[in-house]
Formats: sequence, C-alpha cells, structure tokens
Amino acid sequence: MDGAGPRAASFPLLVLTLLLLLLLRAERSRGAELTFELPDNAKQCFHEEVEQGVKFSLDYQVITGGHYDVDCYVEDPLGNVIYRETKKQYDSFTYRAEVKGVYQFCFSNEFSTFSHKTVYFDFQVGDEPPILPDMGNKVTALTQMESACVTIHEALKTVIDSQTHYRLREAQDRARAEDLNSRVSYWSVGETIALFVVSFSQVLLLKSFFTEKRPTNRAVHS
Amino acid sequence: MAGVGGWRLPAMVRLTLLWLAVCVACARGLYFHIGETEKRCFIEEIPDETMVIGNYRTQMWDKQKEVFLPSTPGLGMHVEVKDPDGKVVLSRQYGSEGRFTFTSHTPGDHQICLHSNSTRMALFAGGKLRVHLDIQVGEHANNYPEIAAKDKLTELQLRARQLLDQVEQIQKEQDYQRYREERFRLTSESTNQRVLWWSIAQTVILILTGIWQMRHLKSFFEAKKLV
Repeated sequence: MDGAGPRAASFPLLVLTLLLLLLLRAERSRGAELTFELPDNAKQCFHEEVEQGVKFSLDYQVITGGHYDVDCYVEDPLGNVIYRETKKQYDSFTYRAEVKGVYQFCFSNEFSTFSHKTVYFDFQVGDEPPILPDMGNKVTALTQMESACVTIHEALKTVIDSQTHYRLREAQDRARAEDLNSRVSYWSVGETIALFVVSFSQVLLLKSFFTEKRPTNRAVHS
Repeated sequence: MAGVGGWRLPAMVRLTLLWLAVCVACARGLYFHIGETEKRCFIEEIPDETMVIGNYRTQMWDKQKEVFLPSTPGLGMHVEVKDPDGKVVLSRQYGSEGRFTFTSHTPGDHQICLHSNSTRMALFAGGKLRVHLDIQVGEHANNYPEIAAKDKLTELQLRARQLLDQVEQIQKEQDYQRYREERFRLTSESTNQRVLWWSIAQTVILILTGIWQMRHLKSFFEAKKLV
C-alpha cells in the first residue's frame, strides 16, 4: 500500500511534466520584432536557435539615418553565409533551416563614418501555435464557426502587418520632413549672413582698388 | 519499505532532470551579446494605452571554461524606459532574470534601455554577457490559456476574445496614425511657410543691398572726382 501510494502520486505529476515538456519542445513560433539604434562604424548581431526543417523569415528596414541603408548578413550554425546584402534599405529573407542550431544575423553600419541608423527587424520562426495548448492534438474537423474565426484571425494578422509597414514608411518620411524643416531654417539664416558679408566685402574691395596707396598722390589729393 | 524509498528517489531525480530540461528549453528565442557596462536600447513605437511586456535572461561568459554559464546570481540588469517626451516611465533594477511591464500613456517612440551593473566587473573585465530578450506589445502580450482559465471561456469564446483584442489594437494603431499624420502635415506646412517667407525676405534683402551698394559707390566715385 505504501509502495503504491507515492507511485500513484508521482505518476500523474510525471505525465504532466512530460506533457509540458512536449509542449515546449514542440515547434512553436517565436517572433522577435525590435527597433534599435546602430551607431556609426558599428555592427550588431542577434542569434536564435532554430530546429531543422523549420522555416524562418527576416524582414528589416532602415527607418532613419544617412542614406537609409545598411549591410546585413545571415549565417547558419556551420558558419556559412546564407544571405548577404550591402547597402539595402529594406528587404525580406525566408529560409528553411537545413541544420539545427543557432543562426546569426547581423546588421552593419561600418561603411558609414558619421551617421547612426535606426533599424527595424522582424524575425519569425515557425508557424503560429494554437491558441490553447491542447488544441494541437485535435483530430476532429473545425466547425464553421471555428474556421471562420481562424480566417478572420489570419486576415487581421495581415492588416496588422500592413499597418506596421505603413507606420515604418511614415516614420521614415516624417523624419525626412523634419530634417528638411530644420535644414531650411539653418540655410536661410546662413544665406542671409553670407549675403551681407559678400556685398559688404565687394564694396570694400572695389573701394580699395581706387584708393591710392602712394604717399605722393595722397599729398596731391589732400 | 526499502522498495518505497528506492522508488521515490529515482522519481525525484527524474522530475528534477525533466524540469531542468524544460528550463533549458525555456531559453527565450532571440539573444545578443553586450559588454559589461554597455547600454543597449530598443525603440518601440506604440499607440497610447498599450501594454508592453519584456522578458529577459542573462548568461555570463566564463573566460576560463570558454562557455556561457547557465545562470548568474549576483548579476543585475537595470531597465530604463522613457516615453516620447523623454520622461522616465520605468527605471528599475532586476536580477539576472527578469520581467518588466509598462503601459504607454502617450503615443510615440518609447525607448527601452538595458545595461548591466555587474558587481563582478573587476573579476570578469572585458567579459561578454549573453542577453535573451523577448518584448511583446499589445495583444501579443496577452496570455490566452491564462485568460481562458480565469474567465472559464470555451474555445470559441476564447477565439472571439482574441479577435476582439486584435481589432482593438488595429483601432488604436489607426488613431495613432491619424495623430502622426497631423504632426507630419504640420511639419510640411511649416517648411512650406518658411521657404515662402525666407525666399521673399532674401529677395528683398538682395535688392536693398544692391541699391545700397550702387549709392555708396556712386558717392565714393563722386568724391574721387571720377564720375
């Protein structure tokens, strides 16, 4: 009896832990969407572990800075470069992982000497997991209501992605417009000052051509 | 009796091993390396009344063993969040593993900065730190299994709740877009005004300067008896 007691108590716990383990080990979507600042002459790398056969995608876009371009490369766990682009403003890269391991993607601003860039990237691994953990094991077909919900969910995800895309474009345009605004101010003031300086020095220079420097002539004139 | 004791120990060991494996599997996806005193900032452009949840986990580089230690007690990370006006929303110190949450009250660029204040800087000078980071914004921050359990929702109700959350996020983003577009329009109109007025002003100054030059030179030449 005593032997059966602890055995009976630990067995469900073990099963629960196994289920939890399976759940976490199961292919789950991991997404990282980050915006960070890349200083000039700098390189920043991010790493993520990907299982074999899982598809991952990397979208990136430069939001502010310089000529709005950045270098990017992606390396697989064996060190092979699977994607490399230089001076790109935005791009999208999808790949099915052949090797299980840590994949690395880096953004480089090493070609720029004084402009720091703001870069947005969206790294998605795998497919989206079901909303409830135990739904993945469903064998019955979805009802009409459920499939309608799934359709709406997918459509809304597309809407949100497109909103993000427009938000980034708008941020870029707004940054340029604000830059233009301040540039117009500085250059206008600068040009006015230059105008005064040039016209004044023109007059002085012209006067100096006609002013006699020889002391004899000056005596004659006075 | 001996059988009972003998059965318990291996089960506990097995459980511990499983939990350890689970924790390793818990390694939150993306990670990057920072220096010990380096500050790494991320920008989140979000509408107002949006919740942001960030989870992080740090590992320290062990120079002797050339490997990352699984957990580093005594290592703290300072998390600072600034709102679009530069005001500090959250400035707290967490342990080597932490979770921070904040809700935005103004729409715009919020800056999330992380840096370590390692107490073992002297020992591991020049050491690297591996930071696993996961930032979830808005409806992605909701934990649906938890909501289902708390409100006792059926699967269909939970799906409907998720759709409602998504639609709410879309609405907030659209309101934010309207606000941003207004700012953009004000900036463009200001540039337009500035270009207009400065062009007129510079043309007037040019003409006046020309007139002044001619008059000044004329009087100069008349004084020199050349005209």
